[in-house]
Amino acid sequence: MTAPVIATRDLGAPAEREVVRDMVRRGLVVAPIALLVGLVGWGVDGVASVALAVALVLANFALAAALLGWAARISLGLVMGVALFGFLIRLGLITAIVWGLRDQAWLEPLPFGLALIVGHLGLLIWETRHVSASLAFPGLKPEPAKELR
Amino acid sequence: MEITNTGLAAICYGLGAIGPGIGIGYLVGQSVQAMARQPEAAGMVRTTMFLGIAFVEALALIGFVVFFLGQG
Repeated sequence: MTAPVIATRDLGAPAEREVVRDMVRRGLVVAPIALLVGLVGWGVDGVASVALAVALVLANFALAAALLGWAARISLGLVMGVALFGFLIRLGLITAIVWGLRDQAWLEPLPFGLALIVGHLGLLIWETRHVSASLAFPGLKPEPAKELR
Repeated sequence: MEITNTGLAAICYGLGAIGPGIGIGYLVGQSVQAMARQPEAAGMVRTTMFLGIAFVEALALIGFVVFFLGQG
């Protein structure tokens, strides 16, 4: 009888990097629309606030993917720690950045907050739809070029 | 002692971050167990784990936005 094999790390391709690459690409595609909404609703200050929110959302995703991908290659136990402390660190970074900029005249709270939540959830739902389809029908995985049509 | 809007908003933000912390802990714990037991499915598990973490984080971000709007 052979003992069950328990993996302690994952040396496969970093799946998070692919996911984030998709999200950043889509985020950059829809960013002009969000900036336009900010411009129409709140003027130049709205554009700056929306741009900051979009940049924070994309940087947050990229940092999360980089940290988890790095940890998975070392140890699955480290993934646990990095996921939890990464969450705290990234949330702290976002808070620190926005707290530092809160007195700036150009930072409009409402468009910033809306862009942060809608951008984060919107990109996630978009990517989840793509990933769900890829997992359910691997043979029908859409090509990036076809998807942009 | 006077409770300011900023203080109240900060307390709400802190309370709002507890739930996502528990959610991420549970989610990652189960994912790590799945990856350890089935290394061949690690890519799929990591993809869904990453998306799950990001969804749970959205709750904390909503808490942050409410904090940011409430302290003004």
